[in-house]
Amino acid sequence: MTFKKVCEQLNIKAQCEKYGLSLWQCPQFLFVLMGIIVMIIIVVSFLIASRQIEDPRLVVLIVLSLSALLVIIDYIIIRSFEKLAEVARIKMEFVSVITHQLRSPITNIKYALETLISGKLTEKDREEYFRILEENIERTEGLINNILTVSRISLGTFKLRKEEISMVDLIEETILEFKPLLRASDIALKFEKEKELPKILSDPSWLKEVFRNLLDNAIRYQKGKGTINLRLRKKGKNIYFQISDSGVGIPEEEQKFIFQKFFRARNALRYQTNGTGLGLYIVKEIIKRMKGKINFKSKENKGTTFWFTLPIK
Amino acid sequence: MNESSSTNIFVSLVCISILVSRIMKKILFIEDESALQKTFGDILKSKGYGVLKALDGESGLRSAKGERPDLILLDLILPKMDGFEVLKELKENEETKNIPVIILTNLEETEDIQKALELGATTYLVKSSYTLEEVVNKIEKALGE
Repeated sequence: MTFKKVCEQLNIKAQCEKYGLSLWQCPQFLFVLMGIIVMIIIVVSFLIASRQIEDPRLVVLIVLSLSALLVIIDYIIIRSFEKLAEVARIKMEFVSVITHQLRSPITNIKYALETLISGKLTEKDREEYFRILEENIERTEGLINNILTVSRISLGTFKLRKEEISMVDLIEETILEFKPLLRASDIALKFEKEKELPKILSDPSWLKEVFRNLLDNAIRYQKGKGTINLRLRKKGKNIYFQISDSGVGIPEEEQKFIFQKFFRARNALRYQTNGTGLGLYIVKEIIKRMKGKINFKSKENKGTTFWFTLPIK
Repeated sequence: MNESSSTNIFVSLVCISILVSRIMKKILFIEDESALQKTFGDILKSKGYGVLKALDGESGLRSAKGERPDLILLDLILPKMDGFEVLKELKENEETKNIPVIILTNLEETEDIQKALELGATTYLVKSSYTLEEVVNKIEKALGE
């Protein structure tokens, strides 16, 4: 058991992935690498020194150049610690964002209720205030569901069912749900699908959550009018889904953080104050658990394309 | 006779318009939550104020410069330009620097409060700690009523 734990601790790749860093930016990996290099340097210096003892200048030169290599690795390690600190900072910021996100709809409910209780309202106004209550209660509910999903994911209590489902039907149902928002935002939507796509074995409610999140993002971060393109086709033993928008895009330097929980890109914050930075994290975890792959391509101010593949059986 | 009566009408028209403009004080509400725009818009209108709405920082600033409201109610987390930037620009502009600004937000960190007050905000209100009635009272106080 303890040995297993040590191995898990030493599973450097997984640890680096946890922080969203590549191996060459990950302190855990760089420390091990530096240790190995130090050992090699000692052995090499010994071997060379024992043979070239008559020329100390050569030995000093070799030791010097190897030390220079160590300095370079040190420098890279320090830089990667800065990156880790940056990730921690971003996470702190987004804890405060989520508190704010919960407070906003509750404040809306509070003030709307106060107005309703005061009683001096026309029938039409009263209806509008009830609509505000409904909308904001739904918003609170959605947010709490997201936080719950995230905690289920991290606790490992997240379960998927397996049912034979038609992706086309699921996508069309989701589009129908979003019709009012699409119309209100003046955004067109095109759905291209291959004929006679096979059904897949998956969990319909969680897959729908994936479509909802991706479509919601595409609409929210679209700049003004535009078209969102959806594509669905068979690709070998997988089903391939793609969604493209011509929206604000994700800045290049922030693309590596996009699937992390609580992360929201700088320009996204500027464009849309509502958002928790949980949607894409949930999407990625769901697809991962369905044994699929997800990725994206994005250019700031040009747009973003997300795609994922899921095994058919 | 005729001339003096038309002058009279003119003078009284001017008086009435001055009176109306005194009575109808304009409040600019910069807030991206449409629910709050509705709630505050309704109650302020029922108290006899003219209410101007802006759903983001940029249009709020434009409206402040163009319409010269008597008071600005400003949220801090806003799209396009946040409340701090709006406040800073308002206070740097000769034409808008004397308009009282009430911050109405859910941010309650001491740093944020201090920053807003240093930038020249008149009052700082945290949404979750005040009722609608209390916020309206603060607005009336800031307008000197």
